[in-house]
Amino acid sequence: MRFAFTDDQKMLRDTVREVLQRECGPEIVRAAWEGRTDGARAAWHTLAQTGVIGMTASEEFGGMGMSELDLLLPLEETGYAAMPGPIVDTVAVGIPLLEAAGTEAQKERWLGPAAAGEVRIAVSFEGREIVPHAESADVLIADRGGAAYCVPIDEASVHPERSVDRARELGRVSFEPGPRHRMREDVSTVDLFALGRERAALASAAQLVGLSRRMLDMAVQYAKDREQFGKPIGAQQAIKHRLANALIEQEFARPAVYRAGWSMATSARDAEVDVSLAKIYAGQAAKFVAKEALQVHGAIGYTIECDLHMWMKRAWALAAAHGDPAFHRERIGRHIL
Amino acid sequence: MDLNFTASENAFRDECRSWLEANVPPGALPSGDTEEGFALHLQWEHKLFDAGWAAVSWPKEYGGREATLFEWLIFEEEYYRVGAPSRVTQNGIFLLAPTLFEFGTDEQKERILRPMARGDVTWGQAWSEPNAGSDLASLKSTARRVDGGWRLTGQKTWSTRAAFCDMAYGLFRSDPEQTRHRGLTYFMFPLHGEGVTVRGVDRLDGDEGFAEIFLDDVFVPDAEILGDVNQGWKVAMATTSSERGLSLRSPGRFMATASRLIDLYHRFRDRSDPVLRDRVIQAWMDAQVYRWFTFQTVTRMSHGEEVGPDSSMNKVFWSEMDVRTHETALAIIGDALELDEGSPGAVDAGDWMKGFQFALAGPIYAGTNEIQRNIIAERVLGLPRK
Repeated sequence: MRFAFTDDQKMLRDTVREVLQRECGPEIVRAAWEGRTDGARAAWHTLAQTGVIGMTASEEFGGMGMSELDLLLPLEETGYAAMPGPIVDTVAVGIPLLEAAGTEAQKERWLGPAAAGEVRIAVSFEGREIVPHAESADVLIADRGGAAYCVPIDEASVHPERSVDRARELGRVSFEPGPRHRMREDVSTVDLFALGRERAALASAAQLVGLSRRMLDMAVQYAKDREQFGKPIGAQQAIKHRLANALIEQEFARPAVYRAGWSMATSARDAEVDVSLAKIYAGQAAKFVAKEALQVHGAIGYTIECDLHMWMKRAWALAAAHGDPAFHRERIGRHIL
Repeated sequence: MDLNFTASENAFRDECRSWLEANVPPGALPSGDTEEGFALHLQWEHKLFDAGWAAVSWPKEYGGREATLFEWLIFEEEYYRVGAPSRVTQNGIFLLAPTLFEFGTDEQKERILRPMARGDVTWGQAWSEPNAGSDLASLKSTARRVDGGWRLTGQKTWSTRAAFCDMAYGLFRSDPEQTRHRGLTYFMFPLHGEGVTVRGVDRLDGDEGFAEIFLDDVFVPDAEILGDVNQGWKVAMATTSSERGLSLRSPGRFMATASRLIDLYHRFRDRSDPVLRDRVIQAWMDAQVYRWFTFQTVTRMSHGEEVGPDSSMNKVFWSEMDVRTHETALAIIGDALELDEGSPGAVDAGDWMKGFQFALAGPIYAGTNEIQRNIIAERVLGLPRK
């Protein structure tokens, strides 16, 4: 039993942290909200140069063949930065699906470029036609009626939807499922997309941990800086206890997410129960931290001038995405009751 | 990261399991927080020690088996899984002993540890005083220097099982010129003998689990000081960190409670009630998460990292989880929850109501959760003290 990341995994996290600190500050997230995504795309390219965007692709396609577990810390950092763009969809879900189910031609056209950060993938699971970053992605991977499709985005139709988190660039996708876009038929599409759903839930949970950490950092900093009654508000027990509770929620979500990453990476028995637990805990924690951080900020937190709102809205969206708490609780219930 | 147990960890689990299954007394013992129950629990403690299971992580020379921290967690999981008796020796083995290993002299370890682990000498804590609870540093009990030792005077309270124990440990003001955390000394002292009066106090659940200790010029030799004279605060903090951290409340205990809750749910409730179902699932998840959190902490400890104020997060989590889990059990039982132990119609012999009342103490003992939250805010998050 050894519950810790390796030095290599931590180094990769540090690299991502530095890149995003430098290239994906709150002003970049804010710009993405207003439809200016150049900055976020530049950060995407820098991450690609460090190998993070391609990390799940095999070496043959320029990647590192890394596992769900290796992905967690980098994804946590993208959550911390509220990085705009389909990183979960491309890195955690799209690239592995493309590699496992893509035809030679599809892989040649999309996989290497995706790993290199040049094209971005949106994913639509059956029954989930509203997907993040649909319009700005280059290619859509989707399952319909048990078959898999790989559709260049300009051959699909995308109708914009509006997320409370504008940086999510939601769109409703549809396409004519036909042989031209079919992915391989000699693989189990159902199993592969089921695995993709697990990966999406896990990756979202990892981002939620990062979102929590950032919101808590913002609130702690604000509590140290903001003075009332002649002293920092963070000296008041009422504020201390809120922030202590937020830290506890966040720190207990973390091992749940890490455990689920290990379970997926090792194909452990009942891995989906661990994923559900991780998703519930990470979502609960992020929503809780969001609420406490808002209260600690007071009125300024209730404005869109304050950066906090972009993190809160991402947290609300992700806590419900890829299986809301009721869905995941039910899955656990079926397992234990 | 490798979340599988190793072959030797699995072998250790098998060994624990077979011994416990063969030796745990059938049927529950009376509460260890009563005079009669305490004596019966001690017989069990003797048996545990004689087979080498009383303090598995200790060095062999003191009766342990030099188990790793993970093996100790495994032992605890198995111990609670089979429903073995509660440990009336815990305030010695799990709280005083780690402090002795850190600060004790060889003579003290030699003299104290084996009888402690066998339950031949039993230990109570003596921190709180009538006017020093959360603000422990305001304590008033004194230690006066005399030839060859010290004389202790004062009153300690809320001392668990002290009405039945032989010895206790606590802080005394040894330097009247100094204030607050300075000038305190950590003493071990007898609960019987000249100048000592111990009076049991009935707890919320009716057991005589608490006691007040009155000390009137009680002599203790120098050999009963743990750490240095006037440096007791530092030593005491090591004990409280064990209490808040994992040594007192390991995950096995809560996993066993969660399993019993699931069993109760199956027996007593229409499974279509979605609210209760969700609460049972939450209780199971909380116990799982506490387990993984602990494995993460223990990995850090095995790499030589200090855990420090993080143990306060642990304490808040397990104590509040335990209350929620018992509340859920009572909600499942419904109006029969009021049938107390000894009542013929009581569900599970009234264990859930009794456990609920005990769980309510969790957010209070070992430093109230309010104090823990202050520690987390100030020492982990770095918020200003004032």
